[in-house]
Amino acid sequence: MTTDTIITARGLTKTFTVRKAVVEAVTDLDLDVQRGELVAFLGPNGAGKSTSLRMLTTLLPPTSGTATVVGHDIARDPAGVRRRIGYIGQGTSAGHNQRVRDELLSQGAFYGMGRRAAATRADELLESLDLAPLATRKVLGLSGGQKRRLDIALGLIHSPELLFLDEPSTGLDPQSRANLWQHILDLRREHGTTIFVTTHFLEEADLFAERVLVMDHGRMIADDTAGNLKTTLAGDVITLGFASEADARAAAARAGGTAAGSSLSLTVDHGELVLPRLLRELDSVTSATLRQPTLDDVFLALTGRSLREDAATSKEEINA
Amino acid sequence: MSTITTDTWNVLTRELRPVLRDPFSLIFSLVQPLVFLGLFGPLLVATSGQPAAATLQSFVPGILVMIALFGTGTTGSNLLYEMQTGSHERTLVAPISRSSLLVGRALKEMVPIMVQACIIALVTIPFGFSVNPIGLALGLVLLALFGLGFGALSYSLALASRNNDWMFWGIQQATLFPLMILSGMLLPLEHAPQWMQVAAAFNPISYVVAAERALLSGDLASMTVVWGFVAAAVLAVIGLSVGIRAMKKAA
Ligand SMILES: Nc1ncnc2c1ncn2[C@@H]1O[C@H](COP(=O)(O)OP(=O)(O)OP(=O)(O)O)[C@@H](O)[C@H]1O
Ligand SMILES: [Mg+2]
Repeated sequence: MTTDTIITARGLTKTFTVRKAVVEAVTDLDLDVQRGELVAFLGPNGAGKSTSLRMLTTLLPPTSGTATVVGHDIARDPAGVRRRIGYIGQGTSAGHNQRVRDELLSQGAFYGMGRRAAATRADELLESLDLAPLATRKVLGLSGGQKRRLDIALGLIHSPELLFLDEPSTGLDPQSRANLWQHILDLRREHGTTIFVTTHFLEEADLFAERVLVMDHGRMIADDTAGNLKTTLAGDVITLGFASEADARAAAARAGGTAAGSSLSLTVDHGELVLPRLLRELDSVTSATLRQPTLDDVFLALTGRSLREDAATSKEEINA
Repeated sequence: MSTITTDTWNVLTRELRPVLRDPFSLIFSLVQPLVFLGLFGPLLVATSGQPAAATLQSFVPGILVMIALFGTGTTGSNLLYEMQTGSHERTLVAPISRSSLLVGRALKEMVPIMVQACIIALVTIPFGFSVNPIGLALGLVLLALFGLGFGALSYSLALASRNNDWMFWGIQQATLFPLMILSGMLLPLEHAPQWMQVAAAFNPISYVVAAERALLSGDLASMTVVWGFVAAAVLAVIGLSVGIRAMKKAA
C-alpha cells in the first residue's frame, strides 16, 4: 500500500439475514485502488457490486472487515469519508416532488457550498448534461434518461476527488451514454478524480477502464487490465470453414482445435499472426474468421457462464 | 451556526422548496377539512340544538387540529417513497448529520399547518366563528408544535416500515381515526361511555383540542391552555427522539 492509495479494503464481508436464510452478499473483499485510477466493476445481477459500493460509501456497515476510503475509516469516521466522496446510486437520486434546479441547489448546500457557488455549478452542470431546458420541471415528470442525467449532475456538484457510480449508464440512450462518459473522462483529466464504476455494459469497461474487477457470487474473481484479462483468460477464436466434414477433420488433425461439421475452431493467442500461417498450411480452407475476445468471453472462461445469459436468467427468476 | 443547525436548515429549505413552488397545493389539501366543515358542521348544529355560532366555536378549533393530525400523519409516506427511489440514500451519503435529516423534515411540517389553519379560521369568521387574534396566533404555535411531534412520529413509522410499506399504511389507518375520535375533535366526548373518556384522557390530542378551543375563544390564561402546550411539547420530545433514533438506526 502506498500513500497514494485512495481505497483500501481488507476482508470486507456483508451478510444479510432474510427470514432466517443467510445471504452472503459480499465475501472477503480485498481491494486497493490508487488515486486517479478508473476502475470498472463487473458482475451479473446479485453479484454483490452495489453492496460493495454501499459499504465503501458508508451506507452499510460491513459484517466484518475494514476499509479506508480517502484516508478515513468507513466505520470509525464515516463523516470524514462522506465529505470527500461522491456517489451516484443505482436508484433515482432526486426527490420526486422537487424541481430539477432546486434539487441541485439543495445538494450544493448539503456539501457546504455557498449559494452563489452552488448556483453557478448547478447551471454549469444543467448546461453540460443537456438539462438546462428542464431546470424548472418537476422530477416526477422527467423521462428515465433525464432522471439519470440529473442523478449524475447531483453526484458531480461538489467535484469530489473520488466518485462512485452504480450503473450510471443504465437507461441512457447511446448519445447520453457517450455524453456521460465524456463527463467522467473530463472530470478525471481536469481534476484527477478517481472513478469507481459498476456497469453491465462490457464495452464501456473495455473502452474506458484501465482496470477491471469481476465479481461473482460475492467474491472477486478477477482484477486486471481488460487487455490482460482477455489475453490470459480468453484468447482469440479462429474459425475456418471447409468444403466437407472430412476436410475439417483432417485439418483438425494437423492444426489442432475442435471440428464441428465442416468447420474448425481454434482458440489461440495472437490470432492475427496465427491465421495467415494456418491459411498457408491448410490448402482446403474455404472461409476464415478471426474474433478477438470480449470481456464476456473472459467471464465465460472464469465462471463457465456468460455474463449476458446470466443477466437474462436472473431477470426471469425475478419475474417467476 | 454550528454544523447541525446548518444541516437542519439545509434539509428544511429543501423540504420547503416544493411548497413554495406550488403554494396552491396547500389549498388543495384543504378539501378534507372543508368537507367536514360543510357537511359535518350543519349536522352538528342541527343535533346540538345550540345556535350555529356556539357550535362553530367548538367545532372549528377541532377542525384545525384535524388539519395538523392528518397533514402530518401521512407525511411519512413522502420519506417512504424517497427511501424506495434512492433520493433518501443520496442524502445519507451527503455530509449532513442523521439527526438533521429528521429534524429538518419535522420542522417543515409546521409551515403548511400554520398556513392552512389560518385560512380555515379566517374562512369561518363570516359564518359566525369569533376568534381572538392573540388566541389564534398562540393557537397556530400550538398546532405547529403538535405537528412537529406528530410529523416526527410519522417519519419514524416510515423508517420502521421501510422494508414493508403496507405496515406504514396499516398502522397509520389504524391509529389516525381512533386518535381523532378519542380526542373529542369532531363530537365532544361528554356523553361518551366511561371507557372512551378514559381513553381520551390518555390521548395527548385531547389536550391539544381543548387548549385550541380555549385559545381561539380568547380564554388565554387557563390551565387548559397550559396542558395543551405540555401535551404538544411532550409529544414533540418523544417524536423527535424516536425519530432521530430511527433515522440513525435505519442508516
Ligand atoms: N438489504 C438487503 N437485504 C437482503 N439482501 C440483500 C440486501 N441488499 C442486497 N441483498 C442481496 O445481496 C446480494 C447482492 O446484491 P447487490 O445489490 O450487491 O448485487 P449487484 O451486483 O449490485 O446486482 P445488480 O447488477 O442487479 O445491481 C443479492 O443476492 C441481494 O439479494
Ligand atoms: Mg447493483
